[in-house]
Amino acid sequence: MPINILMPALSPTMTEGKLAKWLVKEGDDVSSGDIIAEIETDKATMELEAVDEGKIGKILVSEGTEGVEVNKPIGVLLEEGEDAGDIGDAAAAASAPVPKKEKKEQKAEAPAKAEPAPEPKKSAPAPTTAPPSADSDRVVASPLAKRIAENAGVDLGSIKGSGPNGRIVKADVEAAISGGTAKKGAAAAPASAVSSASADVPDYGQAYTEEPNSSVRKIIARRLLEAKQTIPHFYLTIDCVIDDLLGLRKSLNARDGADYKLSVNDFVIKACALAMKKVPMANATWTDEAIRLYDNVDVSVAVATDGGLITPIIRNADRKGLAAISNEMKELAGRARDNKLAPEEYQGGGFSISNLGMYGIKEFSAIINPPQSAILAVGAGEQRPVVKDGALAVATVMTCTLSCDHRVVDGAVGAEFLAAFKPLIEDPLSLML
Amino acid sequence: MADTNFDLIVIGGGPGGYVTAIRGSQLGMKTALVEREHLGGICLNWGCIPTKALLRTSEVYHLMQHAEDFGLSVKDVKFDIKKVVERSRKVAGRLSGGVGMLMKKNKIQVFDGHGALAGKGQVKVAKDKKDVATLKAKHIILATGARARTLPGLEPDGKLIWTYKEAMVPESMPKSLLVIGSGAIGIEFASFYRTLGAEVTVVEVLDRILPVEDEEISAFAHKAFKKQGMNIITGASVKELKTGKDNVTATIDKGGKTEKVTVDRVILAVGIVGNVENIGLENTKVKVEKTHVVTGKYSETDEPGVYAIGDLTGPPWLAHKASHEGVICVEKIAGQNPHPLNTSRIPGCTYCHPQIASVGMTEAKAKEAGHKVRVGRFSFVGNGKAIALGDDQGLVKTIFDDKTGELLGAHMVGAEVTELIQGYAVAQTLETTEAELLETVFPHPTLSEMMHEAVLDAYGRVIHL
Repeated sequence: MPINILMPALSPTMTEGKLAKWLVKEGDDVSSGDIIAEIETDKATMELEAVDEGKIGKILVSEGTEGVEVNKPIGVLLEEGEDAGDIGDAAAAASAPVPKKEKKEQKAEAPAKAEPAPEPKKSAPAPTTAPPSADSDRVVASPLAKRIAENAGVDLGSIKGSGPNGRIVKADVEAAISGGTAKKGAAAAPASAVSSASADVPDYGQAYTEEPNSSVRKIIARRLLEAKQTIPHFYLTIDCVIDDLLGLRKSLNARDGADYKLSVNDFVIKACALAMKKVPMANATWTDEAIRLYDNVDVSVAVATDGGLITPIIRNADRKGLAAISNEMKELAGRARDNKLAPEEYQGGGFSISNLGMYGIKEFSAIINPPQSAILAVGAGEQRPVVKDGALAVATVMTCTLSCDHRVVDGAVGAEFLAAFKPLIEDPLSLML
Repeated sequence: MADTNFDLIVIGGGPGGYVTAIRGSQLGMKTALVEREHLGGICLNWGCIPTKALLRTSEVYHLMQHAEDFGLSVKDVKFDIKKVVERSRKVAGRLSGGVGMLMKKNKIQVFDGHGALAGKGQVKVAKDKKDVATLKAKHIILATGARARTLPGLEPDGKLIWTYKEAMVPESMPKSLLVIGSGAIGIEFASFYRTLGAEVTVVEVLDRILPVEDEEISAFAHKAFKKQGMNIITGASVKELKTGKDNVTATIDKGGKTEKVTVDRVILAVGIVGNVENIGLENTKVKVEKTHVVTGKYSETDEPGVYAIGDLTGPPWLAHKASHEGVICVEKIAGQNPHPLNTSRIPGCTYCHPQIASVGMTEAKAKEAGHKVRVGRFSFVGNGKAIALGDDQGLVKTIFDDKTGELLGAHMVGAEVTELIQGYAVAQTLETTEAELLETVFPHPTLSEMMHEAVLDAYGRVIHL
C-alpha cells in the first residue's frame, strides 16, 4: 500500500504551514532520510525528510501552496513493487474527497484556475492517515470513578489517573476528594485576567514549580476570561465621604446587647441593594433576545478562600436590615472558607461587590461576574484632603468603581446607579428610609 | 561454575515465587530462583491442583451414582482409592514439570536447595545441610510459603492424624473421618471423603462453617452438606485426640459439654503458619508478626532490598494472591508504577460440592465498613441451565453500594461457581457500576445468567424469579 507523505508539524502548536519547495519530483527514488521538501511557517523553514524508501508516486500539494494543514497528505510514496496504479487507494482514501469538493467551490469563484493539486482550504478537514492525536478532552475514567466524582461534585478533568494508560480509577477520585481538590461550580469575581493559553506557554529555561490547577481555579479562569473578552466593560469611579457612615457604624456597634458587628461592607451591600432597586438595569442580564431584569435584589459578595474566589449571595438584600445582612454575610463567608456552601448559595445573584479596602487598596476596577451586568469595586476608606465649600478639609473618603456591561448598562445608567449609591453611603441614615 | 550474580533472587518456587521470577525476567532482570523441594510449591504439588484432581473424581463418582437421573444405567459403581491418588499425583507431576520448562524458557536459573538470607544482598543455598552456592543480588524476594498450623495436643502423626499432605495421598479409604476446621481446605477434604462414602464429622470453633464467606452462603452450604449426611458441629473445639491402633478418639467440647467420637482418621485444617524459620531473617530488620512477615504496599519489608510475598505474608493465603503480589512487587522494583494489590478484589474459591466462590466484601463486612448496601439474590432453581445440569441448588448474591453503585462483593454457592466468579472480579477491577452490569448481555442458556439476575434483583428488576 502506498504511503502518504504528511504535512509535518514544525512545532507542537503549528496547525498549518507553507509547502515552500519540493526537492524531488514524481518518479524520483528516495531513501529514508533524504530531504524531499522544504516547509515554512512564519517563524522557520524546515526540511522534510523521507521516512521510508521508495519512489515518489505523486505530488498532491504543489510547491508554494500556503496554509497546508498539518497531517494533510502532500504526496504519495510508492514502496518497492508498487506503481502509480496503486496510488488510487492511498490518495483516494486520503485526499480525493477534498479536491472534489473544493474544485466545485473554486469553479464558482475562479473557473480558470486549474491546479494539479487544489489548494487546501482551512475549512476543509484534512483527512488523515496519521494516528489520531492523543489529545482530546475525553476524560478516561472508570464508571465507578465517574459516579463517585459526580456524587461528590468533583471535576474529573482536574484529576490525574493512575490506572492503565492514565485511566482515572476510584482511588484517584477518593484521593482527590480527601485531598480537597476542589468542587465544581464556584462563581468568580474580580481578579487579574487569566490567560487560557496554558499548554503553549514557552519555556525560557527559568526554574519553576507547577501548582496544579484546582477545578475552582479553572472555573475562575474560564469565567473571567470569558467575561473580560465578551463583555464590553466600562468603568465609572466615584468618591464617597464616609465619616458619617463610620460614626453611625460606631454608635450602632456600641449599643448595649448588640448581637451584630457591622462592617463598612455591610453598609455597602445595603446601599447597593437600594440603588439596584432604584436602577433596575444594574440588576439584569444580557441575552441576545432580551435584557432580563430580575425581580429580586440579590447581591453577590466576593469572598477570598484558599481554593479561590467564591461569591455567596445575600438574597433580597433590599428588604433586610443591616444587622441581618451583617450576620448572614459572616455566616456565609465562614462557610465559604470551609468550602461548605451549597450551590444555590453562590449561584445566581444580580450584582456583585468586591471589596479590597481591608488591604489598603485605594481603588481598582473589577471584572464583571457573568451573567450579571455590573460589579462594584470598593477601595479603602482613608483620610484625604477634600475641598469643602471652597476650603480644604480632611474627610474619610472611599473610592468605588463600577464596572458595567455596556450592552445593558449605558454610561448614564451606570452614573444613575452611583448617584443613587453615593448619598446612601454618605448619609447612611437614609438607608433607613 | 554457575553464575552467582543476579539482579533478582526469588526464594521459593511456588505460585508466588515462580511467577515473580518470570515477570522479573520479562522485565529484563537477571533472575535466580531457589527451591528446596518441588517447582510449583505446595499449590501445584500438595495443594490446589492435586486436590482438584481428587475432587473431580468425587464429582464423577457422584454423577455415576445418580446416573439414573440422567437416564443412564451404571452397574457396580466402585472406586480404587490407590488409582484415584495415582491420577492426582500424575496431574501434579505434569504441572511441576511444566514449571521447569517455563523457568528454562525465561532463562531463570533455578538453584535446587534451601535458600536463606546471608548478609546484605546475599543468599546462601544449602542442599542436605551443605552450602552449595552463595548468590548475590540487589533485590531478594522471599516467597517461602506456609505450612499447616498445629495446635497443642492436636499434633499430626502422619498416620492416623493427617494434615492436608497425608489427606491427599491416603493408602486406604477411611470409613470415618473427623475434620477439624471448616475453612476451604477442611471443607474440600470433608466433601471429597463424604462423597466417596466416608462418615464425616466437621468441627468448627466459630459459629458457622466457611467463616470467611458471607453468612448466607455459609448457611446454604451447611444445609447442603447436612443433606449429604455430613455431621457438622459448630461452636465447638477438639480438646484431645487419643490414637488407638487404627483409629482415633476425639474429645469434642461444645459449650462446656464434651462428647467422645471415634474415627478412623483425623484431618487437621486449622489454618497455616508462615515459613519464617531458617531463612536468615534473624540478622535483618524484617519484622515477623504471628508467623507472617510484615510488608508494605509493594511487599517491601523493613530490610532494604528484601521483599516478601504470598503465604509468607498477610492474608488472604491464596495462590493467585501470591502470584499477583509478586508481579506488583517486581514491577515496582523495575521502576514501573503498579497499583498496590487491592485485597478486596481477590476472588476465593472452594471446590466442595456444591462449590463456593466469592469476591469482595460480605454483606456484614460491607455494612461494618459503613456502606448503605443494596443486595441482590438469585437462586439456581430459576436458571434453565442449572436445571438441565441436574444441579439446581445454589445461590448468587451481589452486594452494591447504594450511593455509588460499586459492586462491593459477590458470593456464590452452587454448580461451577468457581468458574463464574471471575466475571464479577473483572467487573470490580474495571470498576463498573450496576449500570454496566445491567447492560451486559449474558448468554443463554448459561449459569452466568444468574450473575445478571442477581444484579437485576439488587435493583428491583429481576426477571426469572
